[in-house]
This record gives sequence, C-alpha cells and structure tokens, in this order.
Amino acid sequence: MAGLESPMATRLTMDGLRALFEALRRRGFRLVGPTVQDGAIVYGELQSPADLPVGWTDEQDGGTYRLKRRDDQALFGYAVGPHSWKKFLFPPATRLWQARRTENGGFAFQEETEAPPRFAFIGVRSCELHAIAVQDRVFLQGKHVDPTYQARREQAFIVAVNCGQAGGTCFCVSMKTGPKAVFGFDLALTEILEGGRHQFVVEVGSARGAEVLREIPHEAAAAEDLAAAQRAVDRAAGQMGRTMDTTDIKELLYRNYEHPRWDQVAARCLTCANCTMVCPTCFCSTVEDTADLTGEHAERWRRWDSCFTMDFSYLHGGNVRSSAKSRYRQWMTHKLATWIDQFGTSGCVGCGRCITWCPVGIDITEELRAIRASESPAPSAHAQEAKDADT
Amino acid sequence: MAPRPFHVRRIGRETHDTATLELEPVDGAEGVVFAPGQFNMLYLFGLGEVPISISSDPAAPRGLAHTVRAVGAITTALCRLRRGAVVGVRGPFGSAWPLDGLAGGDVVIVAGGIGLAPLRPVLCRLLAERDRYGRIALLYGARTPADLLYARDLARWRGRFDMQIEVAVDAAAPEAAWRGDVGVVTTLIPRAGFDVAETTVLTCGPGVMMRFTIDALLRRGLAPDRIYLSMERNMKCAIGLCGHCQFGPTFVCKDGPVYRYDRIATLLKVREV
Amino acid sequence: MQTLEAVLADHPFFRGLPPEDLRLIAGCGSNVPFQAGEYMFREGDPSDRFYLIRHGRVALEVASPERGRMTIATLGAGDLLGWSWLVPPYTKRSDARAIDLTRTTAFDGACIRRKCETDPRLGYELLKRFAQIIGERLHATRLQLLDVYGTRE
Repeated sequence: MAGLESPMATRLTMDGLRALFEALRRRGFRLVGPTVQDGAIVYGELQSPADLPVGWTDEQDGGTYRLKRRDDQALFGYAVGPHSWKKFLFPPATRLWQARRTENGGFAFQEETEAPPRFAFIGVRSCELHAIAVQDRVFLQGKHVDPTYQARREQAFIVAVNCGQAGGTCFCVSMKTGPKAVFGFDLALTEILEGGRHQFVVEVGSARGAEVLREIPHEAAAAEDLAAAQRAVDRAAGQMGRTMDTTDIKELLYRNYEHPRWDQVAARCLTCANCTMVCPTCFCSTVEDTADLTGEHAERWRRWDSCFTMDFSYLHGGNVRSSAKSRYRQWMTHKLATWIDQFGTSGCVGCGRCITWCPVGIDITEELRAIRASESPAPSAHAQEAKDADT
Repeated sequence: MAPRPFHVRRIGRETHDTATLELEPVDGAEGVVFAPGQFNMLYLFGLGEVPISISSDPAAPRGLAHTVRAVGAITTALCRLRRGAVVGVRGPFGSAWPLDGLAGGDVVIVAGGIGLAPLRPVLCRLLAERDRYGRIALLYGARTPADLLYARDLARWRGRFDMQIEVAVDAAAPEAAWRGDVGVVTTLIPRAGFDVAETTVLTCGPGVMMRFTIDALLRRGLAPDRIYLSMERNMKCAIGLCGHCQFGPTFVCKDGPVYRYDRIATLLKVREV
Repeated sequence: MQTLEAVLADHPFFRGLPPEDLRLIAGCGSNVPFQAGEYMFREGDPSDRFYLIRHGRVALEVASPERGRMTIATLGAGDLLGWSWLVPPYTKRSDARAIDLTRTTAFDGACIRRKCETDPRLGYELLKRFAQIIGERLHATRLQLLDVYGTRE
C-alpha cells in the first residue's frame, strides 16, 4: 500500500478546495458529489464545497440509516449513502436508439449523437474506486463494450476521499478495497480536522490531476500532516462495522446451492430489489421497446433491472427463478462467487449498502458466515469448465 | 447496436402455431454468416425483440430462415407477418454446435418439438459433406403428427440411404392416421443402435425432454463429454451485459446456447438456478 | 443361426440369469410371426404369453367408442411385450397390433409361472426384471402425460 510519504503529497486549505471546484468547473466538468437531500446523503450536483454535507455524519446498521449532526464542520465525515457513482456512468435510463418508419413498411435507425456529459466526481471512497473498476471489467473489457459507459467513463475526473471513519455496515478491510484509495483517481484528499486546522492532504494520481493541482493554491504537506492523514485512515480501518471471511468463498458457495440457509433467508427477503439498486456493482438492465401513438416513431431504452424481480428470468410459460429463495441465492452467489468466474474479481466491495438499505436488515456477511459454519456435504455445482472459450 | 432491416421473402406455416420466416436483407446487403446453433434477435418495430435460433442452411447466408413458435406477443406477431414485411435482425450470437470435432465419428441428433429448429443447420452441413462422418441418425419427437416440423425435409431425409431417421409422437389421435411410432423420444434411443465409443449426441428440446434424453444416453454408456445440448434463458441484450440469461457463472447468450454436457452437469441438477 | 438360448443370453433383459434358467425359459419359447395389421392380443384376454419382439413394430392400443383406436405406445425390435402374465389378475390391459410384419418369440407364461411358484428364486429374478420394464414404461408414459412440447399459458 503506497504510503502518504510520496513526494506528490501536498496540502490544501479550504480556500484551496474552493479553488479546486472552480478549476474543474472552468474545465467544463459537471461536479457531482455527496449532498444532503431528503434525510440522506446522496450524490447530486455541487456548486461549491458548501453544498457538501458539512458537519453531518450518518449512523448505519442493518435496515437503518439516520443522519446526525457532528460536533465539527467536517466535509466528509460520513460513509456512503444509497447512491453510487453507477448512476452517472451507467444511468438508470438510457435511450439506445430511435427509429422511424419508412415507405414500404421498413424502418430507419438513428443512433444517439448527443455528447456525453463530463463529470467530475467529488468524494469517491476507496470502495467506490474498486466498484468502478469492477464495472469497468463488465462494460469495457468483454467482447462487447458498452458505448454509454465508455464515453462517460473516459472523461470522468475523479477526486477521491480517504475515509477517516467507517460506517456501521462497512467491511472494506475484509474485501481489501480500502479504506485508503490506492488507484483509479486523479486526485485523492484526506481531510484533517485537528487542533483548529481544517485542511486536506492531497495525493496526485494522474497527469490530469497534477495539471489541475498546479492551477490552484497549494503547499507541500508537512510530516505531521501525513501522519494525521495516516491516523485518519487507520482509525477508519479499525472501526469496520462488519467482516467477511473470503477464504475459498467461490467454492464454498458452489458447494452449497442446496444449503437450508437459503430457505431461512427467503423467509425474510421481500425481493424488494433495494440491495441491487444501491449496490455499486450490480449491472443488470432491461431493454424496453416503445412506439409513439402514431406508430411512426420507435425508441429503445435501457433501464436498470434487478434479478429479484418476478419475471427477470421469464421463459415462455413461467419464470426459471420463481421462488424468493432462488432469487436471493442467485444474487448472493453471483455477487460473491460466479462473478469471480465471469470477471476475475469479486463483485462485492464491502461498502455495506445492501445491509443498510435492506428493509428487513438482511446482512450478506451474516448469511455467508451461516453457510460457512454449517456446510452440508454436496457435490460442487462448479461450472468453471463452462467458462472455457473453446467448443 | 441497432437491428438490420430484413424483408420477409416467404413465410411457411409449419404447424398451427409455428411458422418459418425466410428473410433477405433490405438494400441487398450481405446476408448473415452464422455457425449452426447460433441465434439472432428478431425485432418488430415498436414491439420488441426475441431470440430465435437460425434454422437455415449455413452454406446460404442470403437464405436466412427462422422457425418461430407463437408463445408470446412478439412471436405471435412474427407468425402473422406477410411477405414483404420488415423485421429487424441483430446477430448472430452465441456458441455453435461443435461440428469440426464430429468428423470421422457417428452423430446422433435427438430433437424434441421446436428443438429441431437449431439442429436443422447441422443436418444441412452434415449431409452436404456426408463423407466426413460415420453413421448419422436423427431421433425426433413431437407432440402429435400435426406438430412435426419440416415435413418436406423429413420426407427428403427419409429417402436417403445414408441416414437413419426415427420419429415418435407423444399422442396420435385416430383421425391423424399416423403410421409412425407413439411414445416419448427417449424410447427411440435404443433404436439408433449406436456405438458409444464413436458417437456424439447433439440434443435440443424442452428442458425436461433433454434431461431424460441425457439420462437415457448416460445409462447406455455414452461419455458426458460427448453430449451437447442447447439451452435457453430470458434474453434482452444478447451480448452478455444485461444479466438476464445467466445460468450459474455462464451467460447463455455468449457461453451458450450450445453447451457440452459435462461442463454444466452439476448445475443442471440444481432447481431454479 | 443362433439357438434361442444364445439369443436370450445375449439380450440385456435376460442377462445374468444362470444357464439352467435360460434353458427353461427358452424351452417355453417358440417363434410366432404376425402379419401387418394382425392383433397379437386384445384387452381383457387372459394373459398367458409374453413376447420378445425380434423384428418389426407393435402398437399398444386402447379403444374407445367415441374416439376409436388410440395408440399409446409403439414397441420395436428388442423390446419385451407383456408383463401382465406374471402378476394377477393375469389379464391383458390393452390391445396389441402388429404394425409391420412382426417376428416374435412367444413364451408360455403359464408354464413359467408354475415353475416360479415352486422356485421362488426364479420368480424373484423375473419379477425384478419385469418390474424394471414396468417402471420404464410408467416413466415414459408420465413424460407423455407431461405434454412437454405444449405451451403453458
């Protein structure tokens, strides 16, 4: 893990942070980041640092989320909320193309030509950098590249933030995805709020980040700044709300498709799909074809979908996964096991959102623990060989 | 990526609920080059898309044909199209039957119902290069005599002396005057009399039928890596991105629809996976 | 040309039976041909014979006044036809009609039954084998009932 002693480490004051916002806006970026709205910290448009959740923190646990006032003015003193950056890179609704009828009953297509928005993400946590990297593998590294994701991703400017405190459902340490940001950012900030100072240690992560930094007032970080930043990260690492033992996790789940725990969780799961909506790596979508009232103009839209919906797996005459049990099992096995065979990494980054936003508080770490603790011997439903490309 | 417009050159009724659409590209563009077992997404303007196996001769890319069974809104609309109607075609997608590996051996094709459609291109290819293969047999099961597909092809194939063809229907009303066999397609397997060491089986049909067919084949001593099946799942994007067609760690639209049995044997035994 | 005993020894159904049993069973067998369209037996006939189909095809049928004759299954070369000779009430449950010219070996079930009463071991061996056939036929019939090719609305 790269220490904060790199020669690139600098320090910003609050004025410097304001200047950073200005510099990004001058470059034509739309700044988005955490902001308080409707009793939660969500990702919305930011005009200045004042739009951040200044002086707010969150209390999270299974099925619980509350905002609370801090006794300081920290800008980033909270964990992640119900939104993730996928809402910008993989928008909930995207028009894929339009078509109009031509003579002889034919039709002509019109691809989308609108320029993609240029986002600057402010306040991306380490787990979220990993989540973006996970979705990069899905949308950019397969045989078919998703053009919407690619266009937005290429241009996105990322200002990461290192967590100084953990959320109640966090387990990035278990998943080796944090709390310190080590890759995938243009700039990374660590907020220092000690002894009357309110400053940010800055680490540069890319040439683009270095360019932007040069335009704003900054100074070299002192050793004590770096030490304070390290303390903040260590504090977060020591506060994890949850843990997950990932030893042999793929084989464990492949062995336990018939484990009785699935029935037990099914009795609680409402198949409300909240977990898939808040999960930063879930990528399932559906395609909707529509026509206007005249029948002359048609469109195809891509929308977020969830494997928890009743007819997600509909095949003429019925659903392959009709029971809640099979749908919960699909989601959790995909997230923690089959994802590894599909994309080479886990689908889970330990952000804890699914635990917080589940209305009945189902906890993925607890479910895994229960299965591991009481395995029943069964042949492994191992389809590793099916991933081989030949034949 | 958007669908390509194709004209319906001809629509042939196969049965009361199944039709074969012969498609040719609008604007005389090149046809669809595909491998047997692959499928296209067929699009009807403003209605939507469905995945349909390609059932034409792979040696004739401009003679693209799809056999469609009316089981939902879009497939019913497809079966009601008239000559000249325009259909969007996106594809071809998916994995193919392992034809290259079959050379020199015996091939037994076990098809049930509409499952014969993705296997028809295989028969076209096998019979076009007949000398490359040993024994070729088609075991075909359908619901009733009226549900048999490709009547002309069946008659032609029966007329050949270098291919075995056995057909059985689940039930035959006396009015049908059916002189063929009655019973499930698995009862035809002993009839094929094949050499398990030399034979590869390709099968497609309803899930239940494939499961019991494979069971019967394994009990006759056929090795699990000599059986290939074609699966189906709900599909939206057909390019491995929407997640709907997942079957364990595989995406049926790109790791399938054709699978070698031994690679998914344990997964097939899990219900609702 | 093979003796009947040798034919039986080769056949998967009789495999594993000791030579004395095969000799006994073969001794109760004789070649019986049926012309195309000829009825081998009718529903309700007393069941004293079972057949090994050597060549040809046989349709098992059920007749109904409204619908006429309906074929419920087709058997072919190598199939055993007839199990009702082994269990009470020893009555045929369906019609059997030769579709093509069909050559069979017909076995005197009544005679073999008498032998089984005095030699329960033979009875058990035969019952095991016929139970397997009945199980397979039941399974296949269930698949036909499932109407797997039909569409669910």
